[in-house]
Amino acid sequence: MSRVKTLQSLFKRYRRPGDIVFAWIALIVSILLLVQVTEQTAWKSGGPLFAQPRFWPAVSLGGMAFFAAFHLLGSVLSERLHGRWQEVWLWITSLEYALWFIAYAVAVPYAGYLPATVIAALLLALRTGYRRPSTLLAAVATALVIVLLFKTFLKVSLPSGAVYEVLPDGLRQIMLTNF
Amino acid sequence: MENLLAGLEMLARWDVMVALLVGSIGGVIIGAIPGVGPAVAIAILLPATFALDPIVGLTMLLGIYGSSMYGGAIPAVLINTPGTAVNALTSYDGYPMTQAGKAHRAVSLAYSASFWGGIFGILCLILLSPVLALVAPMFGSREIFLAALLGIILVILAHRGQIFAAGLLAMFGIFLQTIGLDAVTYTQRFTFGYSFLSSGINLIVVVLGLFALSQAFFLLTAPDESPEAKPVKGRMSAGFRELLKHKRVATVASSFGVLLGMIPGTGEFTAQFMSYTYAQKTSKTPDAFGKGSPEGLIASEAANNAVPAAAMIPLLALGIPGEALTAMMLSVFYVHNVIPGPALFQNNIDLVYGLYFALIALNVIVMVFLLFSTNLLTKIIRVPTRFLGVTILLLSFVGVYSLRNSLTDCMISAGFGVFGLILKRLNLPIVPIILGMVLGGIMEVKLRSALPRLKTPFDLIDRPISFILFVLILLVLALHVRTLVCEWRGRPAAEDHDMHDTQMR
Repeated sequence: MSRVKTLQSLFKRYRRPGDIVFAWIALIVSILLLVQVTEQTAWKSGGPLFAQPRFWPAVSLGGMAFFAAFHLLGSVLSERLHGRWQEVWLWITSLEYALWFIAYAVAVPYAGYLPATVIAALLLALRTGYRRPSTLLAAVATALVIVLLFKTFLKVSLPSGAVYEVLPDGLRQIMLTNF
Repeated sequence: MENLLAGLEMLARWDVMVALLVGSIGGVIIGAIPGVGPAVAIAILLPATFALDPIVGLTMLLGIYGSSMYGGAIPAVLINTPGTAVNALTSYDGYPMTQAGKAHRAVSLAYSASFWGGIFGILCLILLSPVLALVAPMFGSREIFLAALLGIILVILAHRGQIFAAGLLAMFGIFLQTIGLDAVTYTQRFTFGYSFLSSGINLIVVVLGLFALSQAFFLLTAPDESPEAKPVKGRMSAGFRELLKHKRVATVASSFGVLLGMIPGTGEFTAQFMSYTYAQKTSKTPDAFGKGSPEGLIASEAANNAVPAAAMIPLLALGIPGEALTAMMLSVFYVHNVIPGPALFQNNIDLVYGLYFALIALNVIVMVFLLFSTNLLTKIIRVPTRFLGVTILLLSFVGVYSLRNSLTDCMISAGFGVFGLILKRLNLPIVPIILGMVLGGIMEVKLRSALPRLKTPFDLIDRPISFILFVLILLVLALHVRTLVCEWRGRPAAEDHDMHDTQMR
């Protein structure tokens, strides 16, 4: 009995809520990818095993499935933690900010780097609950500094906005080059 | 001597000096703000440095890497929140000192110990260089393959209590780097017919997602906080005098930092814990540890600051990064077609010496900066966390989009951002994914190039260095099995804890 207990304690881990959900997803994804290995990779007949294009994907996916199975075992054998589904909901809500990021990336080639960054900073500051004018002003200032630093001074390769084309000649050139 | 002068000459350029200044001071500020950390900053700046000269880009990133831990000690001591994850142990003794009204003593002692550790690490690196130049050419394809394999094993085993998760994530990293067109056989691997996957998953896109965007999402989804740090009064140089009374602890801790920094996958955490344990065991007042012991503070700060220089050893000599930050720096080398490894010491030794001098200069710059600006940094710490999240999100865009102006990259990065957030929320490690990607690529290439010389599998270990590496791999695995057996026999190891706190990396 004590042996069983110590074996169980060997797999017990320090965890946080939601760990078992992650463990299940990791195992399912690993196995789904592993069963695709013959379809998604090629085998060159006559070539040595270690030089096969299939070798490393198979090793890594086999390893993933192996470790994921033990990770799940550890999760199942450890004490149940409350707040699992609240945690999973938080993961889902974080997708909102991923969408914000993608929307910002979509907007830049059209609206231009400077206007898109200023608007994104302002809207995100409002979205995250800031209402004080000084904080909103700080968000706009931060956006300006980022644009000046990366686009104006470091000349990092970022697209110019399509909207700049409608500006008068002199201003258009300045905006296209620097902002 | 000629090489030393060439290295100095490389540094004596205005653009290199500016990069060093910006990197060092920027690193201290980034380190001092809880929730940012050097990994986020390096990930964001990485694509911007590709357009710069290798020495300029590398000194800037090196500046951030080497100086962030100095800054991280400030919130660890003053508000019990480590600025970077590796300052966690600093708060054990630093914060009780602040509570006892000795904040000035704790901060100045932390700076002095950091400086001691930093300089000790660089001196070891310089002294070891001739040995490295001698040993590095003995590393052929099979040796580098075995060293990378050892690195992967150590990365997994170093995550005590999370070995299965670390293994899963390291394997995931290896898998990620196999996606796309195989460079030798020109066959598709796990592209599912999508053309955007044919060129593979870019390391920088993954790094930016896992480190920068995930941190932005983490801060944006958590309640808003604004840490309150009180200003510190007194001369910051006072700590040096007290440090001299604990030379032994500082030197041993720095040695732990150097030794463990050289070994891939172990790094600052293990070095800190080992030196802290050593300091406690050999102290005349072991009971004071955790309650404001100067020795504990010195052990922690000297150990973690000795690591950056030591971590450059496997990177420069073998092209094998030991942790995430050096893995990111490796891509700067690759972009400029400077391949770290044995040939670097033969063809670009001036660059190597240039980097050594940059490391010395950054420690001096940071120390001078901190002597005068600690109170300014206590104001910067107060930036609200959600506001930081917004800033990191905006900055991440620069990093991802400037790489190749691709919206697909932004989407992939956002996906990895959400994945990184989940890992951070679960306190699971991110570093194994990055090291899996980098070391997995190295293993595949090196094993393939070693194959023509291998008639039997035993030929892999028929040279002295490869045999030693093979024995080391067996030894590491055997030691781990031994620990497991001990635990099974009813002598459980200490309960796992927040040692691998991944939320700030």
